[in-house]
Amino acid sequence: MTVTSEAELVEAIRSAQAPLSLRGGNTRGMAGPGADLSLAGLRGISLYEPGALTLVAQAGTPVSEIETTLAAEGQRLAFEPMDHRALMGCSGTPTIGGVFAANVSGPRRLAVGAARDFLLGVRFVDGQGNVIKNGGRVMKNVTGYDLVKLMAGSRGSLGAVTEVSLKVLPTPETSATLVLSGLDDAAAIAAMALAMRSPFEVTGAAHDPAQGRSFLRLEGFETSVSYRTGRLKDLLAATGAELEVLDAEPSATLWRDLRDVATFHGAAGDVWRVHCRPTEAPALAAKAGAEAHLYDWAGGLIWLRMAPGTDLRARLGRYDGHATLLRAESAAQTLLPRQEPEAPGVARLTAGLRAKFDPRGIFNAEALALTP
Amino acid sequence: MQMPTPDAGIIARKARVVARLRAALPRNAVIDDPHETRAYECDALTAYKCPPLAVTLPASTQEVSTVLRICHEEGVPVVPRGSGTSLAGGALPTADSVVLGVARMAEVLEVDYDNRLMRVQTGRTNLSVTGAVEEDGFFYAPDPSSQLACAIAGNIAMNSGGAHCLKYGVTTNNLLGVTMVMMDGDVVEIGGGYMDAGGLDLLGLVCGSEGQLGVVTEATLRILPKPEGARPVLMGFDDNAVAGACVSDIIKAGVLPVAIEFMDRPCIEATEAFAHAGYPMCEALLIVEVEGSDAEIDHQLALITEIARRHNPVELRESTSAEESAAIWLGRKSAFGAMGQINDYMCLDGTIPVNELPMVLRRIGEMSDSYGLKVGNVFHAGDGNMHPLILFDANKPGDLEKCEAFGADILRLCVEAGGCLTGEHGVGIEKRDLMHVQYAPADLEAQLAVKDVFDPAWLLNPAKVFPLDVTEGRRGSGASVAA
Repeated sequence: MTVTSEAELVEAIRSAQAPLSLRGGNTRGMAGPGADLSLAGLRGISLYEPGALTLVAQAGTPVSEIETTLAAEGQRLAFEPMDHRALMGCSGTPTIGGVFAANVSGPRRLAVGAARDFLLGVRFVDGQGNVIKNGGRVMKNVTGYDLVKLMAGSRGSLGAVTEVSLKVLPTPETSATLVLSGLDDAAAIAAMALAMRSPFEVTGAAHDPAQGRSFLRLEGFETSVSYRTGRLKDLLAATGAELEVLDAEPSATLWRDLRDVATFHGAAGDVWRVHCRPTEAPALAAKAGAEAHLYDWAGGLIWLRMAPGTDLRARLGRYDGHATLLRAESAAQTLLPRQEPEAPGVARLTAGLRAKFDPRGIFNAEALALTP
Repeated sequence: MQMPTPDAGIIARKARVVARLRAALPRNAVIDDPHETRAYECDALTAYKCPPLAVTLPASTQEVSTVLRICHEEGVPVVPRGSGTSLAGGALPTADSVVLGVARMAEVLEVDYDNRLMRVQTGRTNLSVTGAVEEDGFFYAPDPSSQLACAIAGNIAMNSGGAHCLKYGVTTNNLLGVTMVMMDGDVVEIGGGYMDAGGLDLLGLVCGSEGQLGVVTEATLRILPKPEGARPVLMGFDDNAVAGACVSDIIKAGVLPVAIEFMDRPCIEATEAFAHAGYPMCEALLIVEVEGSDAEIDHQLALITEIARRHNPVELRESTSAEESAAIWLGRKSAFGAMGQINDYMCLDGTIPVNELPMVLRRIGEMSDSYGLKVGNVFHAGDGNMHPLILFDANKPGDLEKCEAFGADILRLCVEAGGCLTGEHGVGIEKRDLMHVQYAPADLEAQLAVKDVFDPAWLLNPAKVFPLDVTEGRRGSGASVAA
């Protein structure tokens, strides 16, 4: 069913006798096995103050509607949420609630923070049907516990978010991408680390081993982008890579493709994300033995396309990070937990929070891999 | 301000609790001499004082775990303490509590420039975190004004901000992982040297939980390469509303300054008398700072001054050198000291939507008249974080109470304007009883439920953050366990 008001949602949750599958546009692989409960009917932007960099919207508001509204004022969602549809092989309309439920951030996460860092406030309905608000619409707020962060990335396991309040940022005047060709994985990661250590404010750092090309994005005022591109070229000359600069338009297309992992589109296999220390990424990728891989966040995020059913975690062993199985090729092969299993101390806290916010267990516990 | 009646049963067991702590910890790690525990009787909110039962100064995560396990078994409340610089009473003890100070844990455990992170023990001060990496061109971004003294432990507990968070965010945006000891002594690792831990965002939940969910002993922090340079521009206006509109226009123009600071007339007058910074006498003064290379700074300052000119400033002073930058910042950095020269003051930190600034300042002025207490406003204008400084005379009977009532009215106004009670100082005891103003009972209950999960016996810093009446029945539940 689709609810069109918070009151209807409260009623649907209170009267539920069996597990519910909360969803927005159902494009990010979060929906569980319960009865479908769509929040996509909760739509609309209720407040937008460009001068205060804040926007408040109902959770079911399409991401595209928000992006269009922001663009009209020269602003954007700085954390660059990806569009999962082509990768996940689904249609549907991505919603802003879904972006925050899955804490979806794109390449710019490296420089500006994740979706959760831009979420200022939430309203949600817990598993008992209580309406709860936390945070607000101001950028600095330490009043009580930060349940806003707790709800971000909770994948519908603690509550149904009805309204989000978020921080937006100005869209820079222009952008450019410095392309490095001819580096192997290790050299590319080293080059990206060098760029990230510089004061030149790189807002995207990715490497595609299939093309042997690495990408460094710069954004800002025209004069500043051109100055920093020059300085970065000087800095990276010693890598021996062939250097080329893409201007704003091809740069935008390139980063949209990187954001959405376009090189994996249409290809079979399981899709994994590994979060790790960037410098450890090449060794981890080598251990993974993937059919294809791609580095984002200067190496802090590795996208891997694996043979169906491969237990990537077993191959990687212990490291400082975690692995998420985003897309499993065959439902029969989803015996692997989607999320990295938690250490006992953390798992106890997770289970405790679940029991408090959803004592009847009607929300999506599988989203957190609480069930195998 | 009310604190719960101390548990006489715990005070009667003091000798046993202290003996157990002494037996388990190194020499000098336990203080119970009443002369010495007085050094821990308050934090920077000095209007409230109470010496604790005892003080422990563990030197490792293991020792922290030992202290918490013993206190848990004994049913004794624990008040965690960083450097004791809280302006909200976050580290105020009760007579039946053990203070757990992390000051002896100040090591840098790891510096990793290629991955732009460092790991520190949390007793380390904020400024010395940057101090450990600045020679190599890096810094830790959150910069609360107490940064010389305040500890990372307290920064995490309060989710501290600073003047530069418009660009760099607050503590929670710069924290990658923690080692945290639970009240029962269990040690958990959350996050690490990578971006975005999996599962629920427990890191985000712990940051800003005011020492009520666990004691963070080690932290992995994001560090950043220092910008090539930074320079401010100072502008004066004869109307608060015009200054507010100017801030809004700068932000809308796509310039993202690293700081936008605002001072109102009472604050400018006090500062001039004290620091002689050469500020113009006007209704509102803005200091806007931008970063980059010289040419990038020139370009941004040109855009900003062009916007400012449209608002008819009475003064516009662009810095062209380090000396001029220092002169512009001098008054702002002396503002609190200058107000302190006039009288005792109480510093609030409510946050409002930036566009509500003129209305809020007008109402504060009206309240100032009706309470008969002066107030000056310093303000992180880019992010709406106000710092009204209310002047009062601590030696004059009734003045503190009047000042607190005025402060509470200002905070109610902040919430009414769409903002919140505290932007970076935390709730502590200071704003505890105002939580009802911002949160409905169900909102508070959801937060209490979190503490129930992390600290079921409600022993960690229990008399803070939430109004005492709503935590009644939860607090003190540990004492009966151990009786």
